[in-house]
Amino acid sequence: MVLHTVNKSPFERNALESCIGHAQPGSAILLLEDGVYGAVKDSTVADKVAQAAKDCKLYVLGPDLAARGVSQDKLVANVNIVDYNGFVDLTVENDTVQAWL
Amino acid sequence: MKFGILVNEGPYQHQASDSAYLFAKAAIGKGHEIFRVFFYHDGVNNGTRLPVPPQDDRNITQRWSELAKAHNIDLVVCVAAALRRGLLDENEAKRHGKDANNIADGFRISGLGQLVEAGIQSDRLVVFGD
Amino acid sequence: MMADEMMDDEGGKIKKFLYLNRKAPYGTIYALESLEVVLIAAAFDQDVSLAFVDDGVYQLLKGQDTGGVEMKNFSPTYNALGDYDINKLYVEKESLEERGLSVDDLMDVTYEDEDDDWAEKPSIRLVSRAEMGELMEQQDVVFSF
Repeated sequence: MVLHTVNKSPFERNALESCIGHAQPGSAILLLEDGVYGAVKDSTVADKVAQAAKDCKLYVLGPDLAARGVSQDKLVANVNIVDYNGFVDLTVENDTVQAWL
Repeated sequence: MKFGILVNEGPYQHQASDSAYLFAKAAIGKGHEIFRVFFYHDGVNNGTRLPVPPQDDRNITQRWSELAKAHNIDLVVCVAAALRRGLLDENEAKRHGKDANNIADGFRISGLGQLVEAGIQSDRLVVFGD
Repeated sequence: MMADEMMDDEGGKIKKFLYLNRKAPYGTIYALESLEVVLIAAAFDQDVSLAFVDDGVYQLLKGQDTGGVEMKNFSPTYNALGDYDINKLYVEKESLEERGLSVDDLMDVTYEDEDDDWAEKPSIRLVSRAEMGELMEQQDVVFSF
């Protein structure tokens, strides 16, 4: 399966929306850099993201959350927080990495 | 696993180079190999010798040079993108009649074929950009 | 060897390379510089596809005239791809429609099919978002710019 990466905020770019619109069920999505804002609950994209977390495996890069002061209790359900080691593991576990810039 | 990494943005302006560096460091720590880090678009600016960043912040170019030296990593800057943006090594400076060169330690200038080769030879190709 | 695995002349596995284009031309350099990678990639005998999604579809609009902005018009380069054996340009239907465009607004990019008496055929293949998602899942290497 593909590991999709999204590094921009969903309120700045359509990268997250486009990623969700193309990612196949069972694939993985990693939010990193400004992309981590996409995982915050109660936003205008939270419903879409929560659904994506059910169809796909949704991950967020912990160091980028912490850098931005976003605490883990502010995230939608079913999100897995990983560090850079976890990021590396995700690229190994999946067959291909696709960046949505 | 063998990793190829593509960095599309310059230092400090975007987080891409930072993310790529921390990813590469983690991969090495886990026993993986970095086949090549290829710098394209403004990413070529990671390879200039001249930055003087504030003392209390990371030195992006220097830490790439140090990581490359410690682990024998091939840091490649795309020649076309580099020429366009004024990043030259001694050869290119001479070839184009420029009075200076500015490439940093541990980086080398080469063609886009090196990026394609990285895609072919690596097990995983990871892109960091804007 | 699996049925869907191709080998190159030296017995190495041929990889599926996808060049993912999601940005408009001229406002940034990504469209131009990504095309430069595609041209180099032609020499490597891999299975190359280009995807035009979101604003990437704008790269293929016909009638680009850059005189007034004093930038190089690189759109003719898409027409040269066929000569380099690159003829799979997947354009997403929904991305066009969302932007008020149709395939008729795009350049006529063609290639000559050597397996069909050099008949001229369209390189642009219109696909749905769903089909594009499936195509992406099949790739070995994805270059995003």
